[in-house]
Amino acid sequence: MNKTINQKAWFFVIPVFVLVAFNAIIPLMTVVNYAFQETFGNNVFMWEGTRWFKQIMLSERFHASLGRQFLFTFIILFIQIPLGIAIALTMPKEGVGVPVCLVLMSMPLLIPWNVVGAMWNIFALPDIGFLGHSLNALGFDYNFTQQIGDAWFTTILMDVWHWTSLVVLLSYAGLQSIQPAYYQAAEIDGASRWAVFTKIELPKMKKVLTIAILLRFMDSFMIYTEPFVLTGGGPGNATAFLSIDLVKMALGQFDLGPAAAMSLIYFFIVLLVCWVFYTLMMRNEGNQ
Amino acid sequence: MSLELKNVEKKIGLDTHIYSTNLKLEKNTINILLGPTLSGKTTLMQIMAGLDKPTLGEIWFNEKNVTGMKVQKRNVSMVYQQFINYPNFTVYENIASPLKITGVSSDETKQRVGKVAELLKLSGMLNKKPNELSGGQQQRTALARALVKDSDLILLDEPLANLDFKLREELREELPRLFEDRDCIVVYATTEPSEALLLGGNTATLQEGKVIQYGKTLDVYNKPNSLLSAQVFSDPPMNITKIKKVGDNCSFLDDSVNWKSKINIRDGEYKVGIRPHNITTYKEGSNSLEIKGKVLISELSGSESLIHFTKGDLNWVSLSNGIVQKNVGDEMNLYMNADEFIYFDHNERLVTNG
Repeated sequence: MNKTINQKAWFFVIPVFVLVAFNAIIPLMTVVNYAFQETFGNNVFMWEGTRWFKQIMLSERFHASLGRQFLFTFIILFIQIPLGIAIALTMPKEGVGVPVCLVLMSMPLLIPWNVVGAMWNIFALPDIGFLGHSLNALGFDYNFTQQIGDAWFTTILMDVWHWTSLVVLLSYAGLQSIQPAYYQAAEIDGASRWAVFTKIELPKMKKVLTIAILLRFMDSFMIYTEPFVLTGGGPGNATAFLSIDLVKMALGQFDLGPAAAMSLIYFFIVLLVCWVFYTLMMRNEGNQ
Repeated sequence: MSLELKNVEKKIGLDTHIYSTNLKLEKNTINILLGPTLSGKTTLMQIMAGLDKPTLGEIWFNEKNVTGMKVQKRNVSMVYQQFINYPNFTVYENIASPLKITGVSSDETKQRVGKVAELLKLSGMLNKKPNELSGGQQQRTALARALVKDSDLILLDEPLANLDFKLREELREELPRLFEDRDCIVVYATTEPSEALLLGGNTATLQEGKVIQYGKTLDVYNKPNSLLSAQVFSDPPMNITKIKKVGDNCSFLDDSVNWKSKINIRDGEYKVGIRPHNITTYKEGSNSLEIKGKVLISELSGSESLIHFTKGDLNWVSLSNGIVQKNVGDEMNLYMNADEFIYFDHNERLVTNG
């Protein structure tokens, strides 16, 4: 194909390039800079090579927070994806119920993250919070500020409350796009409800579910604000997920080198998991 | 075997989707529901299948009242305009799916799927998934699913509408053969008159939820009981003009065209329907009448020429064989075959001799 050469096209690319450079590339390069050097301020740097990377990779503290992070992400995906699909299946397909349900479902998504954290903190306080007080009144020994299990339970419950809606909305969109003829064909075949779900609805929702799982994986893997406001990573380090631990290291201890190395490792883990997951899910899609 | 609709009516809210309908479809016939979009073809089919209940009236199958009986118990199969297959199943599994549920042995399934696949030219792609197939092949798979089951009633709802022209022609020619030697009733919905003529059998013309006429396809085509039925069964649209008859002499109201009528009807004003292919750029038949017109649009369709022209304040359509190219605004002579005129009275009902 013959393409005409027109250098003016650069004028359309440059603004985006500058924008991305300022908000992504330059900060990232700063982090890379810190990750390979030691600094004591005053813009004095000493080359350290891969020392920080080795230190992080071998550090038990990093292993522990990475483990907590994977456990948390795994648990919330395991709850939110099936729950989201289940709720989407029960939502009305037409009539006034549709906008009502959609608006109700969107509400948690519209609340700022630190507000969610603050809301749940107050809601779950064992002495004055509605949830905390009620649980204690029912005879459960509940205190998320002191007991590890309770802290996890509250953090997971908060995330499920906040984000299941996203899975619901995506699944609902997927379900709505299935033509009624599919259901009729299944009815003629005498297929059971379960068969309709597994043979028609799930395969037809595959793409939106892939997106839902990817988004939920990334967001939960990078979760910071909500647990920071709710538990502050505590009790002890029990809910110090990767990002919380990272911020503690970078801004609390001011270990800039190791923190930069950690954030790069963190970045590559997210990238790798997303790529592997996406490739696996899309492997059988053919040329579509 | 027969399928009978007795006074079937369907209302949704205050809207009437199907007006009181009586139809009797006989065994081993192919029945075409011909009508424009929203004429009620799909609704009627869903009622026939048992996917939808009529508001009033009854459906009888084999002299048994099956109104309200669930579709699974009715041994029907249906093919849709969209290519409906199980997305995760291979072509083989898709075709076998209706048999699996009814508990046919695996040997027999294999044999029957093989036979249907061969009939529909799918033998080479039994291990593929639907999304790896072309649209035509996907629809063949859906057809195979409908045929594998030995249904009593096969419903096809515009099965060719979503295919491109070439695939549509190809599959359309194969369709009559597929239903040969089948002990079942076939119902086929379409918007295209040419499809009805090609499939033969019986045709019901539909308009706005009403069955206008039902009978042998050629009879409905040649002797439409009303102007409406004739219009539904004509593509490009039928030309309609008012005429007057005095004694043996018929003429257009403006006296521009005159002819001797062979039809024995009372004197007075009538409407005449003329199908586009009976107006040509050349003389045809012994009773050829000349008509002058001014070209509006001239278009080619394959080896046929479609000329839209105006005469008086009416727009006319003519369809001639061969390639005729005219410029917009040209005055030209066309010829009408008066033997093919269809006469309607002032109520737009067909008038015949006597």
